Amino acid sequence: MNRSASHIGVRNLTIAYGDFVVMRDLNFTINRGDVFIIMGGSGCGKSTLMKVLIGLKSPATGQVFYNDKSLWEIDPTDRQQIMQRFGILYQSGALWSSMTLAQNVGLPLELYTGLAAGEIHDLVSLKLSLVGLAGFEEFYPSEISGGMRKRAGLARAMALDPEVLFFDEPSAGLDPVSARRLDDLILELRESLGTTVVVVTHELASLFAIGNNSVFLDPETRTMIASGDPKQLLAESPDPKVRRFLTRGEE
Amino acid sequence: MRAISFQQSSEETLLLKLSGPWKLGSDLPTVEDVAGRIASGRRVRKVAFDAEDLGNWDAGLLTFLVKVRDLCRQKNIELDSRGLPEGVHRLLGLASAVPEIKDTGKNQVRERWFARVGDRTIEAVRASREVLEFIGDATLTLAKLAGGRVRMRRSDLLLIIQQCGADALPIVTLISALIGLILAFVGAVQLKLFGAEIYIASLVAIGMTREMGAMMAAIIMAGRTGAAFAAELGTMQVNEEIDALKTLGVSPMEFLVLPRMLALVLMMPLLAVYADLVGILGGMAVGVGAFDITLTQYAEQTQLALNTRHILIGVVKAGVFGIIIAVSGCLRGMQCGRSATQVGYAATSAVVTAIVWIIVADGLFAVITNVLKI
Repeated sequence: MNRSASHIGVRNLTIAYGDFVVMRDLNFTINRGDVFIIMGGSGCGKSTLMKVLIGLKSPATGQVFYNDKSLWEIDPTDRQQIMQRFGILYQSGALWSSMTLAQNVGLPLELYTGLAAGEIHDLVSLKLSLVGLAGFEEFYPSEISGGMRKRAGLARAMALDPEVLFFDEPSAGLDPVSARRLDDLILELRESLGTTVVVVTHELASLFAIGNNSVFLDPETRTMIASGDPKQLLAESPDPKVRRFLTRGEE
Repeated sequence: MRAISFQQSSEETLLLKLSGPWKLGSDLPTVEDVAGRIASGRRVRKVAFDAEDLGNWDAGLLTFLVKVRDLCRQKNIELDSRGLPEGVHRLLGLASAVPEIKDTGKNQVRERWFARVGDRTIEAVRASREVLEFIGDATLTLAKLAGGRVRMRRSDLLLIIQQCGADALPIVTLISALIGLILAFVGAVQLKLFGAEIYIASLVAIGMTREMGAMMAAIIMAGRTGAAFAAELGTMQVNEEIDALKTLGVSPMEFLVLPRMLALVLMMPLLAVYADLVGILGGMAVGVGAFDITLTQYAEQTQLALNTRHILIGVVKAGVFGIIIAVSGCLRGMQCGRSATQVGYAATSAVVTAIVWIIVADGLFAVITNVLKI
């Protein structure tokens, strides 16, 4: 696997809601196998940037490249094919509430693999056991806790062995042990499957533990003011805003 | 005692002496008092405080001080807050730590009347386009269904059919029986004047099958199922469930909207026919129970009055009403914003939209059937 090859490229990206510009002039590259952190204070547009990266919101200007294909300039059908290679864990888990956990994880497999029901059942059990939810196949999302919903959401995101996994605030609402377990799982997925991981977070412990590349978004100037390995940014970044963020405001 | 007094302590420094309790709800001085003093007295370059006699205070003092701070900034006057108690000094520092963000897009000045009319018009055009796009999309999805290329779970369709079919029977029974009773009573008052009570049966039979059966079933379903569709899809929007479907490459139109539309379009005609039957039985109870009509006479008269055309008109109307309710409910649900208030608004709006369009469609049916003489 070529770790340094560019997987996702963001070029001159500007994101807006109507006339209100959320972020402008974003330029960064996510390499294959990176655990890439999108960080910044609350309300700076991290989740909105993720929506543009996963194809849910079109940018005002600029481009997002996947393997050198411009996501927003290709045919919607081609875009859909690229999107099928993503696994996404939403902030709330976003499990389909009318389906059991097994049905939630099984639906992507039913739609795209053509596997027999028995094989799907085995795969669903495997994915749920990977996130520590073995035995909860027949539970509905409303019958389990928030942390469990998040883990079930991850099992669903992993269903199709995606090339890129996106996480929106994965540790939010989780106790420290569960958050740590999720971090370990993310690293494990990267190591074992070579998955590129993009994480939106402002949890310092998590971003230092798993991130090897990042972009820092600043709500005041509404653009990125730093990028690179978070640990390196902590050691070397001259920007006081970045340092303040990475040291919990102690500097 | 006044809670504030002014003293020009030294050349160009105005000292604000705060005294007594400064609590919300009591008659506190305003920033205008300070502004008036600055404007009327000698030139002021600095504002300082003396809080030695200050009693208990709360947020009332802080709001006053924040306004004094803003006034000083505006007039380019230095503010020396060292004379304030430590707690007040620190809270004032906190309130000033992050500058106000002006261009959040929410602090715009009130627009002129013409601009607002223009904005509303553009918004109305955008909303109409959205409705048309939704209807177009729904039609295309139906066409795809005919080609057998849709992604929809059969179990979802069957569950929704049960919810908007069998589960609706008790309420449809109650309302239709009452409507039959009411029609019979209202008609009987007039018909009795001519000794023509037997025509109660005709009135109820034709009234229920052509008009009231479909209409009442539609009103019930708009309130019951249309609102449920909007709330359900709206909540899915809030929980990002619809985003999750889209990123998986599944069209929410196929997966969520289509089964709901199919279920209502299939169930509404059946419910309407059922409502006709129950309504006729309700009318029969009045005719037989309160007037001198035998059961056989009533049944014969009903049979004479009814023909397939009346029943078919009701069934077709019910199908159209079903489409209206499903489209309104699903459209409002899919348009829903991402908050609990928006879900409530979507549900209300779905019911209102459906009922308005049901009445409009019924009016059109009345005109068309009259023109075609059917």
